[in-house]
Amino acid sequence: MPAPTLTALPKAPTGISGLDDVTGGGLPRGRPTLVCGPAGCGKTLLAMEFLVRGITEYGEPGVFVAFEESAEDLVANVASLGFDLAQLEADGQLVIDHVGVVAGDMEETGDWDLDGLFLRLGAAIDEVGAKRVVIDTIETLFGAFDDTAVLRAELRRLFGWLKERGITAVITGERGDGTLTRHGIEEYVSDCVIVLDHRVIEQTSTRRLRVLKYRGSLHGTNEYPFLIGESGVSVIPISSVSLAHHVSTERVSTGVPRLDAMLGEGGYYKGSTVLVNGTPGTGKSTLAAQFCDAACGRGERALYFAFEESEAEIVRNMASVGIHLARWVEAGLLRFRCSRPGLLGLEAHLFAMQKLVTSFEPSVVVLDPVSDLLRIGTRADVSAMLTRQVDFLKAKGITTMLTSLNSDADPDQADQQIASLVDTWLLVRTMEGNGEHNRVLSVLKSRGTAHSNQIREFLLTSQGIELADVYVGPQGVLTGSARQAQEAQERAEGTARVEELAQRRSDLARRREAVEAQTAALWRAFEDEAETVESQLSHGSTGAEGRADQRVEQGRLRRADADSDEPLAAVDDRDRGAA
Amino acid sequence: MRLVDATEAPPAPPEREHWDLRLYVAGQSPKSLRALSNLKDLCEEHLSGRYAIEIVDLVEQPSLARQDDILAIPTLVRRLPAPLRKIIGDLSNTERVLVGLSIRPDRRA
Repeated sequence: MPAPTLTALPKAPTGISGLDDVTGGGLPRGRPTLVCGPAGCGKTLLAMEFLVRGITEYGEPGVFVAFEESAEDLVANVASLGFDLAQLEADGQLVIDHVGVVAGDMEETGDWDLDGLFLRLGAAIDEVGAKRVVIDTIETLFGAFDDTAVLRAELRRLFGWLKERGITAVITGERGDGTLTRHGIEEYVSDCVIVLDHRVIEQTSTRRLRVLKYRGSLHGTNEYPFLIGESGVSVIPISSVSLAHHVSTERVSTGVPRLDAMLGEGGYYKGSTVLVNGTPGTGKSTLAAQFCDAACGRGERALYFAFEESEAEIVRNMASVGIHLARWVEAGLLRFRCSRPGLLGLEAHLFAMQKLVTSFEPSVVVLDPVSDLLRIGTRADVSAMLTRQVDFLKAKGITTMLTSLNSDADPDQADQQIASLVDTWLLVRTMEGNGEHNRVLSVLKSRGTAHSNQIREFLLTSQGIELADVYVGPQGVLTGSARQAQEAQERAEGTARVEELAQRRSDLARRREAVEAQTAALWRAFEDEAETVESQLSHGSTGAEGRADQRVEQGRLRRADADSDEPLAAVDDRDRGAA
Repeated sequence: MRLVDATEAPPAPPEREHWDLRLYVAGQSPKSLRALSNLKDLCEEHLSGRYAIEIVDLVEQPSLARQDDILAIPTLVRRLPAPLRKIIGDLSNTERVLVGLSIRPDRRA
């Protein structure tokens, strides 16, 4: 037996964002693919996009056989996605054939076949030289014909016929009870089966796509969320993001000089993810705003996703602490996107964010607060979504700040899953004492930096955020007015010490003066005496021997002051000279 | 005032109506030939002298399949009298053809 040649299965790219990643390059070329799911899951749209992209991106004309919607409805329905079907038809690239089927309309009076459908499909294919065909939804025929045995045989023949002609076809089918399609047509279309689903979890709907089967090809087996957005279907493959993004050693200022110092060498790493976690009112948003302010100050663009406050509120609130964001908005450096989490599903949020990030190209992104997203998804879902978002932003080298609110009652369960995602984790919380709440900030983790282990008091001043050292003493950590009192006390003590020192210095000066005066007096007395002796000597009041004795005596006296004989000789010389 | 029962008083007597029938076939297939032969017999028996049959071969005119919305072969379309009716198959089941085309058997024959 000859060795089989290993050639990859030829594939027809769909051009649908993400779907080609999941299917490893597209649908099997020259074979039919079944796309099935419940009503309203987006089958028709997915199939139509496959055709339209085939025409516009891959130069493969197509035929759309519609059993359900009229051609006019189809044209209108996809116009919102920017697909101009009428133009494509006019250009001779697309044929939309609506097959009118009314249940129970046709009396069967003997043997029949679907040659009419074959002939009309063949004519349409020949008309535009179609390479792709969509049949949506052929199961409608089961309502029109009584003799399902004949219909099944004819459908089998139809799919075989399409294969023979080398047509890449998408057949849609509606999900049945316990079967993929209501009438089991998956039996005939078995090369590739894609299942769509539409689930509502906690009042938010999420569409999901799964490649159930792909004969002769590797494919992603997970359920992938997909969206129908302004530009068509987007499948978001979780695993298509790898951990192979570029890593930077460049630092990005936090906007707070003291915090930069705490993190070591000037702030966060560029492209890293920062989580600011804290209880309500601890200044998380302010920290985020100051971060954006610093970025804009460097001439970089910042994108701020707010889930709680409106743009006007943020700008006003931050102005009160000396962070003036309005100027950056006007300069086009800062953009806000404020939306309630419940407005869209998680995936739609993710998609909208990624789209905006791609178009705005910021160097800094803030998500404030991500904990709000928990309202529209389970913890696992939010975590998965954030993982994808963080990976997406990291791959683009964007420094991201996530803020997360944790309640006072439950401060330690600080979204552990999120925390493991991020590179730097800042904790802001309030310390209660002496009848007041004071904000403190600490760096819980910062990958790859020699960060400070100190708690700093976090002050919101009219010039923005300032960090102050907390007082750590026998009474514990002191903040706020207790710290100020302690500082004042220390200052007072310091002042007292300084005054005492000054006093002692002046005392010393006075004593020096006294000592110097005494010394001068002693010298004067000594010099007077020496002068008297000298004058007696020069007037010859003593004999020669007496003079020699006096010289020895005088030398001994001097030696008491000097250590060697040399100065004595010098003294002799001087005496001699004087004599 | 006299009540008129619609079923007993059709708008026009059946024997005066003109029948315009169109049979869609695909080439000279056995089913198509059988359908044509069955149709001729049936018309002669029930609609003698007041029918016309047009045969459309979709192999020769495939664009008409889309235009006239034909799926199955053979398809018989009653174009007149209105309303338009479609039946499919080789017309071998006469009972069904009569029901499908709403032809009343001529009781006087």
